[in-house]
Parts: sequence; C-alpha cells; structure tokens
Amino acid sequence: MKVLVPIKRVIDYNVKARVKPDNSDVDLTNVKMAMNPFCEIAVEEAIRLKEAGTASEVIAVSIGDKACQEQLRTALALGADRAIHIETDAKLESLHVAKLLAKLVEQEQPELVILGKQSIDSDNNQTGQMLAALTKRSQGTFASKVVIEAGKAQVTREVDGGLQTVSLTLPAIVTTDLRLNEPRYASLPNIMKAKRKPLDVIAADSLGVDLAPRIELVKVEEPAKREAGVIVESVEELVTKLKTEAKVIS
Amino acid sequence: MSVLVIAEHEHGQLKPETAKVVNAAVAIGGDVEVLVAGHNVADVANSAALIAGVNKVRVADSAAFEHQLAENTADLIVELASSYSHILASASTTGKNTLPRVSALLDKSQVSEIVGVVDADTFKRPIYAGNAIATVKSNESQKVITVRASAFDAQVEQGACEVENLSLSMDNALSAFVSVEQTESERPELNAAPVVISGGRGMQNGENFALLNGIADKLGAAIGASRAAVDAGFVPNDMQVGQTGKIVAPDLYIAVGISGAIQHLAGMKDSKVIVAINKDPDAPIFQVADYGLVADLFDVLPELEAAL
Ligand SMILES: Cc1cc2nc3c(=O)[nH]c(=O)nc-3n(C[C@H](O)[C@H](O)[C@H](O)COP(=O)(O)OP(=O)(O)OC[C@H]3O[C@@H](n4cnc5c(N)ncnc54)[C@H](O)[C@@H]3O)c2cc1C
Ligand SMILES: Nc1ncnc2c1ncn2[C@@H]1O[C@H](COP(=O)(O)O)[C@@H](O)[C@H]1O
Repeated sequence: MKVLVPIKRVIDYNVKARVKPDNSDVDLTNVKMAMNPFCEIAVEEAIRLKEAGTASEVIAVSIGDKACQEQLRTALALGADRAIHIETDAKLESLHVAKLLAKLVEQEQPELVILGKQSIDSDNNQTGQMLAALTKRSQGTFASKVVIEAGKAQVTREVDGGLQTVSLTLPAIVTTDLRLNEPRYASLPNIMKAKRKPLDVIAADSLGVDLAPRIELVKVEEPAKREAGVIVESVEELVTKLKTEAKVIS
Repeated sequence: MSVLVIAEHEHGQLKPETAKVVNAAVAIGGDVEVLVAGHNVADVANSAALIAGVNKVRVADSAAFEHQLAENTADLIVELASSYSHILASASTTGKNTLPRVSALLDKSQVSEIVGVVDADTFKRPIYAGNAIATVKSNESQKVITVRASAFDAQVEQGACEVENLSLSMDNALSAFVSVEQTESERPELNAAPVVISGGRGMQNGENFALLNGIADKLGAAIGASRAAVDAGFVPNDMQVGQTGKIVAPDLYIAVGISGAIQHLAGMKDSKVIVAINKDPDAPIFQVADYGLVADLFDVLPELEAAL
C-alpha cells in the first residue's frame, strides 16, 4: 500500500505571530518555521504503517516555495521513502492545495493519503475534506486511531461529543488529530541519509490547476487586548471580587 | 439572496449553536432557511422553526443521514445548493467535517470559522491561533462558510415558520458508521455553559479532577481541560479547550493548573471574566486573567468550593 503524506511549512508553534505595522498581513521575516505539528503526526502514522508492513512506500509532498524542501528533508529523515516538491510562489487557498494534491493522487494512486487536520497558520481545517471530495474518496477526519484491515480503514475520530468510529473503503483520505500518536525525532544518521533520498520537483503551473486567488485578504489586525488584571491574595478576596466587582456569580 | 444554515443537532435535539449561526446568517442578509439532515429529527425541525429570522426549515429525514457522515450530508447539501448565495454551518466537528467537502464539490473556496460579518462578502476570522484577526473578502459567487458560534449571540424565538419535508436520501458506498463512544455527563456542554472551569497538567491525575466537581456544581459550570491534561489521559478528548479543541466564551472562565500556552488561550481568551489559579507567578495565563490567585491548587480548590 502506497501512502501519500502532504506536509506544510508553517510558523513554529512556539512563536507568537505578529501583525505587520501596515496591517497587510502577519510578519514572517526572520521567524522560525517548521513542519505543521499535525503533519508531523501524519508522517509518524505513515512511517508506523510502513514499519508494521502495512505500507509499502511513504511519499511526502509539500506545496510552496523552495524553502519547503527543508520540511521535506525532515520527513525523509523521519522515514519517508521519497519526496515531491510542488513548486509555486503563489499564495494558495486550501482549495488550490487540494486541487494540486488531487493531480498528484491521480499520478501516484496512493491507497491512503494522511494529512494534518489543520494548518496552525491559516487555521483552515479544509484541505483533507476537499481532497476527498475532488478524488471522490471517503474521509476520516480528526483521527485518533487508524487500523488498516481487509481493504478498509477503520478510523476513530475525535468529535465534539466523544469518539466516533467509521469504516472507510480504501482508497481513503485521513486527517490527524493530536492523540493519534507521538511523533519521533529524527536521528543524526537518518538526517544524513535523508540527503541522498529522492526529492522530485514539479512546477505547480505544469499541473493545469487555476491558482488565481478567490478570497482577498483585506487586512490583518491585532486581536482586542485584554486589560491587565489583578492578583488577589486569598480565596475570600477572589469570591468577593467575583460577586461585587465582576458580578459573574451571586 | 438566500442563506442556508445547516442545523447542528444530536440525539434528536437541536443544539444551541444553530441559533447563533442563524444570527450570523441574519447579519449577512436575505432569506434564511435551515436544513435539518438526520434520522427521526422532527423535534429538531420544530425547534429550528422557532428561531427568529428563519423563513423556512427543510428536513431530510432518512436512515442514510443518521450518523451525519460527511459523504452523505455533503451530497445532500450540494443537491440543494443552487438556491443559495451562502451556505453556513457551525464550526463544530460536524460542520468542519462536512462543509469543506461541500465547498470543493461546488468548486468554491471556503471561509472557515468567521467571528464577524462585515457585509455579505466580507468576514472577520482569527488566524495564527487567534494572534491575528483577518478581514477577508470572498469573490466566490456562492459562499461556503463555517461560523464560530461563541462569537455570535443566539437569535430569540419567533412563531414557528414553515417546515418542508424533502424526500431525499443519499447513501454513499464509501464509508459506514461503526460505533460511537459518547462522553456521558450531567453537566452543561462546554459551548453552552455560562461558567467553565478547566484543569491542566497541574491537576496531576484524573481523580483530582473531582476537586473541580463541587465548584462546578455550585456554579452550574461545564468542566474543560488543557491539551496536556487530555494527552495524559486525565480526561476525555472532548473536554479540550483551545485552538484545536473547543472554543468557549463564557461569562466566567476559571483556569486551574494551566500555564496559558498560545494554543490554550486561543480557545478561551474571549471569555468575559478570566480567573487563573496557578502556583507559578510567572505563568503566562496571568497575563490574560482578570483575577489571578498564586497558590497551590490543592490548597485553594477545597476553600473555593466552601466559599461559594
Ligand atoms: C498543534 C498544537 C495544538 C495544540 N492545541 C491545544 C489546545 O487546543 N488546547 C490546549 O490547551 N493546548 C493545546 N496545545 C498544547 C499547548 O501548547 C500546551 O502544551 C498545553 O496547553 C499545556 O497544558 P497545561 O497548561 O495544562 O500544562 P503545562 O504547560 O505543563 O502547565 C501546567 C501548569 O500547572 C501549574 N501547576 C502545577 N502544579 C500546580 C499546583 N499544585 N497548583 C497550582 N498550579 C500548579 C504549573 O505552574 C504550570 O503553569 C497544542 C499544541 C500544539 C503543538
Ligand atoms: N501547501 C501545502 N503543502 C502540502 N500540504 C498542505 C499544504 N497546505 C495544507 N496542506 C495539508 O493540509 C492539511 C490541512 O491544512 P488546512 O486545510 O490548510 O488547515 C495540512 O496539515 C497539510 O497536511
């Protein structure tokens, strides 16, 4: 079974994003970048499927400018067999990403595509579901457990009321939630070895997808700031303040 | 212009998010219709008909929609889509699962988790874990949107509007429901409670979460948790508050033994009043707290319960 893992280069999750003074966007100059944390979980899951003998090949793919090859090398160091960089400088919406990925799915015919549930920059939570629609495949989103058996993927999903399990006919699309696994770190020898693994570059323009923007970014602002609060000395003072000052309890 | 709102429901009951999504629909303008897709959902439809601003409720009642599988619901919505300029759903796990599928089938770019309506084309939404608010203008002829319910007020009630029964059923062969593990709780739901008290890694284990029960009982509060508490197995996943968990905005939020990571703040910093209890005076949670208590939670939680 071939597994395709789309990964995105995003701001490191420890970094607090800052808005540009002209309110045109978030300022990413000299900001630490990393693999989207949900994509790390996706890579880990694919590698575990390979280690278990369920997957035969793990292919990592990233769409963006040259810099995202850094994250593809990380995926290779973690255990992906090969990588594909779909190169473009365009600012992409999730629909564009899903359409480019659909082209790749057509070429590579993976039985399973594992994506992150959400990019921590756009917070879109769209691409996996869109890819499933475009490829007419079943979807198992927000997965906390994936079991491959007899041509099916049994996916346990983190939903608002608890956990839901669905059975998907392969080929299928899965998106990862936080509890699916705990990603490993790449070892130094594996980082060295990854430099020799294949990384193919495909020009996004060659895939015949219209990448024209459909949503305009009008402006980006700082969220409303909270007024600085006070430190209370005791539980008694806290309860009094909540009753008489904040008036949120009676 | 007509707006379609997908009803949020569970166990044959309409969920309170729906009246908030209708509020966003009313702000967009035009006629508002609600789609109820499910099985044995007559009560849901009747409740939806009472939400002020709703002109019509359309009901697709079929065994195929019982578990609200995205593949089936998306096909249903696409079938009905041509009459609407906007299609809205709550940014719940159901809405997030279904709407992007609809959006791609319609070849439209989706706007996720809006917190404000500027006009019929322009919306505000948080990005980067709420560290920035983007204003975006969609140039799509048809707009597919998820709505952060906590950012909108619930519509009041009206006399019931028309309820139309659709005889439509979509049954895909690709996916099937297997089982559900429902978290049982007598407490109000996180998204609906006026008070939320959440525990973090500082709670040390699942048993200690019982220290929050008495306080929650007295305040009519829902109980939440940080990711660290969920990952450690103290409490189930559906209690996670944050960027990638539930977003809450109650009148009062009490964070106990939670450090205040960006991702946690993203889920609760729009609460009206925030209280933090943490033994580390430098914990970032104090930067957003209206009232901070620097103390050992094991000392002060019993005291707090007694004082209420
Ligand atoms: C992709 C991604 C998504 C994430 N999504 C979320 C999310 O949705 N929600 C979320 O919460 N996190 C999320 N996180 C995790 C987040 O970054 C933090 O790791 C997490 O919020 C930390 O939880 P915590 O505050 O309980 O634990 P810690 O950071 O370990 O803090 C524990 C706190 O308890 C205090 N404490 C300990 N003992 C006591 C005591 N006896 N009395 C009083 N205080 C005590 C300590 O001083 C400390 O401040 C996400 C992370 C990533 C990478
Ligand atoms: N530019 C990209 N390149 C590769 N994968 C992507 C890209 N953008 C999004 N994805 C995938 O889609 C997931 C969800 O992203 P989103 O829908 O943008 O929140 C991510 O976790 C990735 O797995």
